Amino acid sequence: MEPIQTSFKTPKSPPFQSQGARLWLRSNFFSSWFNTLITILLLYAIVTLGIFILEWAFVNAVWFGDSARSCPNSNGACWAFVTDRWRLFVYGLYPHELYWRVNIVYILASLTILSFLFSYGRTTKTFRLLMITIFPVAAYILLIGNYFGLKYVSPEDLGGLLLTLVIASISILGSIPLGLFLALGRMSKLTVISKLCMYFIEFWRGVPHIVIIVMFVALLPIFIPDGGKIDVVVRAFIAFIVFNSAYMAEVFRGGLQSIPRGQFEASRALGLSYWKMMGYIILPQAMRNSVPALVNTCISIFKETTIVMLIGFSDLLGIIQLSLESSDWVGPPHIFSSAYTFAALVYFIFTYGMSKYSERLENRSNVDL
Amino acid sequence: MAVDPIILFDCVNKWFGNFHVLRDIDLVVGKGERIVICGPSGSGKSTLIRCINRLEEHQTGKIIVEGLELNDDLKNIDSIRSEVGMVFQSFNLFPHMSVLENLVIGQHLVRRLPKKQAEEIAITYLERVKIADQADKFPGQLSGGQQQRVAIARSLCMKPKIMLFDEVTSALDPEMVKEVLDVMVDLAGEGMTMLVVTHEMGFARTVADRVIFMDEGQIVEENSPSAFFDNPASERAQNFIGQVLHHF
Repeated sequence: MEPIQTSFKTPKSPPFQSQGARLWLRSNFFSSWFNTLITILLLYAIVTLGIFILEWAFVNAVWFGDSARSCPNSNGACWAFVTDRWRLFVYGLYPHELYWRVNIVYILASLTILSFLFSYGRTTKTFRLLMITIFPVAAYILLIGNYFGLKYVSPEDLGGLLLTLVIASISILGSIPLGLFLALGRMSKLTVISKLCMYFIEFWRGVPHIVIIVMFVALLPIFIPDGGKIDVVVRAFIAFIVFNSAYMAEVFRGGLQSIPRGQFEASRALGLSYWKMMGYIILPQAMRNSVPALVNTCISIFKETTIVMLIGFSDLLGIIQLSLESSDWVGPPHIFSSAYTFAALVYFIFTYGMSKYSERLENRSNVDL
Repeated sequence: MAVDPIILFDCVNKWFGNFHVLRDIDLVVGKGERIVICGPSGSGKSTLIRCINRLEEHQTGKIIVEGLELNDDLKNIDSIRSEVGMVFQSFNLFPHMSVLENLVIGQHLVRRLPKKQAEEIAITYLERVKIADQADKFPGQLSGGQQQRVAIARSLCMKPKIMLFDEVTSALDPEMVKEVLDVMVDLAGEGMTMLVVTHEMGFARTVADRVIFMDEGQIVEENSPSAFFDNPASERAQNFIGQVLHHF
C-alpha cells in the first residue's frame, strides 16, 4: 500500500525554454530539407516582389507633373496624377472657396473618432454621446449650408472621398438602429410582426444592390406620386440604409440568439418589462457578441458605397475614373494602375482602421467576463 | 390546511405540444409555508413552479397568486413577477454587470428606488449571504456556490413575498451545496413562503412543512416530511425514495 502524503509539494516554475534566435530559426524554418527548400523559395519570391514594388512605387515613380506627358516611363508609378488631382479626390466638386467648411467637417469627424479611441474615466460615455449627436448635425449644416448665413451647396455637388465618407457613415449609422428593430421584430412572439420583418429582410437581402439603387432613383418617382420631389441623394441614402439594415438585422439576430434563455428568464422573473430587459440585459450582451460580424458588415458597406457611380455620382473611385478620362491624363495604362493602387490604398486604410477598432472592442469585452 | 392562501392552483393543465406536462393540478399554499416538491425527472416539478411567475403559461384551469389571477393581462404579470423571487439551477446572473449591479438593477428599474438606496439594500443582502466582500467582482470570477448565493440575494433584494427555488443545488460541486442550503435554511427561519424543487432530502426533512411528490404531471402524494420519507403512502413514492436514498 502507498503511504499517505503528509506534506504538500510547493509549486515549481515550468522548465526553462530558452531557444535563442538560431534554434528558433532552425525549428521554424529549416527543420528538414523539404522545409528548407520551401523557406528558400518563399524568401526568393518575397525579395523579388519587394524589389519590384520598391522600384515601381518609389525609385522609378514620378511624383509631380501636370499631365500624362510627365509620366513617360511605364516601369514606375505615376503619383503625379494623384498629387495633381488630390483636391478633386478629397473635396469632389465642392466649390473651391468653401473648402474650409469641408475642412471643419473632416476635423470634427477626426475628433469624433478620437473620442472613441481614448477613455476619459467617468465622463467617457457622456462625451462620446455628445460627439456622436453633435457631429451629424454640424456636418449637415456645414456641408449643405442654408443655415446661419452659410451658402447653400447642392448635395449633388458632393463627391470624392467626402461623398464616400458621407454615404458610408449615413448607411452605417442609419442601418444599425433599423437593423436592430428588424432583428427584435423577427424574434417577436407575434407571428404577424415576425413574418413581416422576415420577408422585409429576405427581400432586401435577396435583390442585387445595383437593382435597388436604380429602382429607388429611377423608378420611385413613377410609383409614388411626388416621389420625384425627394432629392436624388436622399433617395440613394434611403436605399443604402434599407438594404444594409437587412444585413445588420441578421448580424444582430446572431448576437441575440447567442444569449442563453436563462438571461431572459431571470430578467422576466425580476419583473423587468420587455424593453428594459432588452435595453439593460439582453442587448448589451448581444451587441458584444455581434462585434466581429458587425464590423465585417460595416467594412462591406464602406466598400460598396462605390455603386453610387451607377446613378451618376462621383465618389472617390468615380472621381478617379473621371480624372483618368480627362484630356490631361488620358493615356498609357500605367497611369491607370497607379490611380487604382492609390484608390485601393485609401479604401484599405479606412477598412483596416475599422478592423483594428473592432479588435480593441473584442479584447475589452473579454476583460469584463 | 392553510388558513391564508397565497398561491392557489385550481385544476391546472398544461401541454408542451401534445405532451401533457401538468394534469389537473390542485394546490393551495399558505402564507409562510415551506413546500418541497420532488419527483423523477420530467415529472413537471419545474414547470409547476414556473407557472407561478408565468415563465410558463398554463392552458386551462386557474392560478391565483396574491389574490391576482394569472391571465393574459400583462399589467398583472409584471407586478406578480416582482413579488415572486426565483432562483434557477444555472444561476442566470447577468455576466456583464458586477455583483452589486446585478442586485441593484431590479430595484432600480422595477421598484424605482434611487441607485444609492438600492446599493445600500444590496449590500445588506450580500452581507446576509456572506459575500459582501465580492460586490465589485463579475459573476464569472466567482465559484458556483458564490454565484448561487448572489442569485438568491438578487431575488431577496426585491423584497418578494414568495420565493421559488428550481433545483438550485443541482449544478453545484458537492462541497458548495452546503453554503447554498444554509442560506435557504436561514430564509426559511424568517417565515418566507418558499416552494423548493430539490432532491436534497436532508433539506426537505428539516425545513419543509409539506412535501409534494409529483410523477407524470400529477401530484401523486402530499404529506408531512416525516410521514413522506418514513412511510410513503403511494407505491411510486416508495420506489422514488428507495432510489434517491439508495446511494447514500
